[in-house]
Amino acid sequence: MFDPKIVAFCCEQSGIPAAEMCKSLKLEVYANLEIVPVPCAGRMETIFLLKALERGADGVLIFACHEENCQYLRGNVRAKSRLLYARNMLETIGLEKGRLEICNLATNSGVKFIEVLNDMVEQLRKMGPNPCPSSEVVKECVNDKSRSKTN
Amino acid sequence: MIKAVQKPIDEILSYLDTYSKILLSGCGACVTVCHSGGEKEVALLASSLKMARNKMGKNLDIMEITPARQCEPEFALELAGMVEGVDAILSLSCGVGVQTLARNFNNAMIFPGVNTVFMGETVTHGAWEERCQACGNCILERTGGVCPIARCAKQLLNGPCGGSSKGKCEIKEDTDCAWQLIYDRLKSLGQLQKLQEIIPAKNWGTESRDKGPRKIVREDLKI
Repeated sequence: MFDPKIVAFCCEQSGIPAAEMCKSLKLEVYANLEIVPVPCAGRMETIFLLKALERGADGVLIFACHEENCQYLRGNVRAKSRLLYARNMLETIGLEKGRLEICNLATNSGVKFIEVLNDMVEQLRKMGPNPCPSSEVVKECVNDKSRSKTN
Repeated sequence: MIKAVQKPIDEILSYLDTYSKILLSGCGACVTVCHSGGEKEVALLASSLKMARNKMGKNLDIMEITPARQCEPEFALELAGMVEGVDAILSLSCGVGVQTLARNFNNAMIFPGVNTVFMGETVTHGAWEERCQACGNCILERTGGVCPIARCAKQLLNGPCGGSSKGKCEIKEDTDCAWQLIYDRLKSLGQLQKLQEIIPAKNWGTESRDKGPRKIVREDLKI
């Protein structure tokens, strides 16, 4: 079965504590996940989303604080605007906009973190692998596979 | 400042169809302010183009640069070291910057990545409106600082027309009537008498580009 690579940009005020709560609740977290902590979801630049896809991610998630609950006032709203802009860019190059998602949660939302992540995995399985990673990334993957075979 | 919008990515991809290595150049001036061709937009477009081309199975190598002002030869020449070895240049500068590159790099194919739209003002974050048409003979002193050439749909010099209704223009509900703005402004300045002066028709033939491309020469500044 296809296990999509997911990059999750997590706000340190909500996404990161929620991810840590998964561990304390001993919930099984999807394995092919790379968590990138950000001080606030508003730190997200549109280019981060595109670069993640360009460099081989199948999907990107932003875990941000609930709206009206951002420590820096509007960081979560800005992150959402940037995600919507990036989604439009994906559509113009023929990629599914569902490869980029945002989830608003609280520090104690460990279960929600897992649920959203698993929903994303299912969504990406239906879409299939990202057809756009750069050829260098593809070469790296091929080399890694051949190395692991020889080992 | 000059305002521009990025061209549709399909159009840009069609320009680059036969090329495999390009230089993508932004501009650190006007198009940075209107978020259509600055350093960030260069990075976003480069990433999008690479992904689109990878999806087609045709790799595209992109070098990125954003000189401070692409319309000034001194800054445009910063590209010189990178132009060698690329198949083409894609410029996110306004039409002026594109032509500066064309003038300075004779052997390079150059494509525009934005449509230059107007000279305008940032009215709020993310919104820009046209304010000047470079008519060549400014009359803002007579109209309270509101330009009827750029902001009146009919470019009336002695307005308003019958299409002005409740302060809006008949062409669009969200477009202010320039002559309403002029009236309100002169009223607040206590200078409504200025509206009684007839503004003569502009001499488009000598002031504007009816005589061809305009030119400014300052002998004292020449080296």
